[in-house]
Amino acid sequence: MNRISRRRFLKIAGFGAGAAAIAAGTSGRLGAMGRQPAAGETRVVPTYCDICFWKCNALAHVRDGRLWKITGHPDDPLSRGRLCPRGTGGVGAHFDPDRLRAPLMRRKARGGEEWVEVTWDEALGFVAERMQQIKAEHGPEAMALFSHGIGGTFLKHTLKAYGSPNIAAPSFAQCRGPRDVGFELTFGEGVGSPERTDIANARCLVLIGSHLGENMHNTQVQEFADAVATGAAIIVADPRFSIAASKARHYLPVKAGSDLALLLAWMNVLVTEGLYDRDYVEKHGFGFDHFSAEIASRTPEWAYPETGIAPETIRETARLMARHRPATLVHPGRRTTWYGDDAQRGRAIALLNALLGSWGRKGGFYYPSSMDVPDYPYPPYPASARGKVDNPGQRFPFASEAITTGIREATRTGEPYPVKGWMVYATNLIHALPNEAETLRAIERLDLMVVVDVIPSEIAGWADVVLPEATYLERYDEINVELFREPFVALRQPVVPPPHDQKPNWWIARELAFKLGLDAYYPWTDIEEYLDHRLKGAGLGLAELKQRGLVRGPPAPLYFEDGVPAEFATPSGKIEFYSTQLAAAGFDPVPRYKAPEPGPPGSFRLLFGRAPVHSFSRTQTNPILRDAMDENELWLNASVGARLGLASGEYVRLRNQDGVLSNRIRLRVTEAIRPECVYMVHGFGHTARGLRSAYGRGASDAQLITRYATDPLMGGTGANVNFVTLEPGA
Amino acid sequence: MARFGMVIDTRQCVGCMDCVVACKVENDVPDGFCRDWINQRLEGTMPDLRLTITSERCNHCDRPPCVSCCPTGASHVHEPGKVVLVDHGKCIGCKACLASCPYGARFIHPEGYADKCTFCIHRVEKGELPACVAVCPTHAMHFGDLDDPGSGLNRLLASRRHFVLKPDAGTQPRIFYLE
Repeated sequence: MNRISRRRFLKIAGFGAGAAAIAAGTSGRLGAMGRQPAAGETRVVPTYCDICFWKCNALAHVRDGRLWKITGHPDDPLSRGRLCPRGTGGVGAHFDPDRLRAPLMRRKARGGEEWVEVTWDEALGFVAERMQQIKAEHGPEAMALFSHGIGGTFLKHTLKAYGSPNIAAPSFAQCRGPRDVGFELTFGEGVGSPERTDIANARCLVLIGSHLGENMHNTQVQEFADAVATGAAIIVADPRFSIAASKARHYLPVKAGSDLALLLAWMNVLVTEGLYDRDYVEKHGFGFDHFSAEIASRTPEWAYPETGIAPETIRETARLMARHRPATLVHPGRRTTWYGDDAQRGRAIALLNALLGSWGRKGGFYYPSSMDVPDYPYPPYPASARGKVDNPGQRFPFASEAITTGIREATRTGEPYPVKGWMVYATNLIHALPNEAETLRAIERLDLMVVVDVIPSEIAGWADVVLPEATYLERYDEINVELFREPFVALRQPVVPPPHDQKPNWWIARELAFKLGLDAYYPWTDIEEYLDHRLKGAGLGLAELKQRGLVRGPPAPLYFEDGVPAEFATPSGKIEFYSTQLAAAGFDPVPRYKAPEPGPPGSFRLLFGRAPVHSFSRTQTNPILRDAMDENELWLNASVGARLGLASGEYVRLRNQDGVLSNRIRLRVTEAIRPECVYMVHGFGHTARGLRSAYGRGASDAQLITRYATDPLMGGTGANVNFVTLEPGA
Repeated sequence: MARFGMVIDTRQCVGCMDCVVACKVENDVPDGFCRDWINQRLEGTMPDLRLTITSERCNHCDRPPCVSCCPTGASHVHEPGKVVLVDHGKCIGCKACLASCPYGARFIHPEGYADKCTFCIHRVEKGELPACVAVCPTHAMHFGDLDDPGSGLNRLLASRRHFVLKPDAGTQPRIFYLE
């Protein structure tokens, strides 16, 4: 009973001046939460989350000077006051015993994970000296930065000031790039993050392999649950019976890799049965006649042998979509790098939405807005004579962001020019990029390899210098100027100090800039001055944001019917059913389906996805999230399991088509997956020795992704082209 | 007198474990233990499958065997609310309650006493919801007074088909699952 009594005491202590002070700055709801302190025992600090990249606004609760818990900010349009399990478990990021504690320099060969602890001055001095050498010998473009998330803002600034344009994130070519390019080619703009999907108002929701509920992007999952509650018609096509599939009215167990055939057949039904939105297509469409001629042969009967979905089911679901249009949302997906024709599949999803008239309409895709927060007035960056290295000669003509694997290729080959230094911020490239061997061959060519991270990830093991970053709970970051349905500006601020010699990324980036002689690019004396300057430009201030966490802007029109102008940044100025850009570049102007190559006999296609309690490969040592899920499982079809004599709970190893053998992984033998494929959650099977609590737990899909199918439109690396066999008795 | 209970909507639940994580953080549940957990039951054959996801914990039964079997009176029914609690000071860690609970809801805390869900009574007595209910991102979980005929719980139970876990155990559990 002791603990309960203590809490009761806190409760009594909790109604006082502190509560009033916080509540005064925001809505009454925040004040009603209780637990605001009077006597300094508990305090609440608003900030925004960094366990994934959704950036939900949160309230961090500190009890007796120690971080206690994190809850959703009640005024937050993203979390709507409720964080996802990762955000709730974010406390564990601060307490993670496997965290990097001090700057490290390698002692022996790269990859040996043998380190000496050094001072920040020594570590950054070494990095700056090597960077100056690289600039002198190869030019500033020979230094590249891989960076994921808003925390990379200041390192990007330092790299640009140094003179390098080579900055990339795996979120494009390894993740959402194909769907964004598909939508850009069709509507003239992408989908963004948070996706501009109006799930909340959709009457029919179509998910193509999107596993909302397992993929825990908070707002989308909440809106998905709303759609379930209000009885929206949900259609899920997936070779695996996902959580989302279990909520669907129609579950279509489509053969892995045949999604594009299904999409074409749906469009065929809408066109041949005259169910599409004729007015919308006539008003906004370009090249519809060419498109409908092309689609005419893609009947449900044509699609049946490809997809395994009965023609009548295809027709029934297409009619259901038509019945609810324009409030029918065919979700564009998130990680869409599957088979190498992914931008065309993204385009097919865009075109299906166009037929349903859902772009720019309620229940389809809304137009997001953001508040106007001017940039800090930095001096202009030096121009690069050589341009970017990742996409020479626009080999991938529709790549709209830098290609990580393009930088890796240039590093490995020295073409179009040498890359001699890598800085890697908050992205574990060993798990994020396909074909680890190519990554390691590129690293062999480097004169400098720096990793800035919170934990000693696999990629940190290959660094010359590892710089330990403070977690999001211990630092300021760039202001989040959110582009969303409800615009807002949000602050990340330190809740507790870093426990060891970790530093915030802005400090690291600035100190490095000073050592590089780039003082002119950091005219501000501390981060608070910088943040206040930016906020003042928007009529706000740091003091206000520190207290409130976020400030919401005025709502803007969301749909064409509200007055959003129906303008499309395509060559025709219309929604391009026929793409002249694609035709001119030698690609299919209307998407065409080609079945993906089958695997060797007796092998299974390796599919992977997300779990609601982990983010990529960066949370497996978080003690709270690890306790919720400490290893991944291999989903195997039940009849296949029976044939092979394998049962749930047994451990197996996987061998891929190139002979790579995985770590042991526990089987989940289940009806819930088709027989030609197996599935695992991404991010497990860690091999970095410093990740002690996650080391060797579960298997890594990334290790088995030795092959990838490159998207010729935009350079995405399709990863679902690897095949495995199972080796029992592991 | 209040009789606290929960109604959990299995249609809304996505099994994300936010309830489990929030409980661990709120109640400092030690590493390797949990006071609540997710169960998934899959029935049928591809493609005609049915998945039932249940967020489970102590059912705060109306006829709690853990209370009647406790030799020291540590396990008791707390008023108001008829919440089943363990007085850590009186508990001798004999595990009789662990054996008696048909739901496997209890564990021995490393400090030696039987531990389990408290319905977050420390929060409820301040007018807050239990941590699992407050965090649930899909609003699948509802908490309230089953003895109040006008409560949200009773409205939900009147409007939807529902079930309890192990009804045959005779414990009269107070967590109801909407189908």
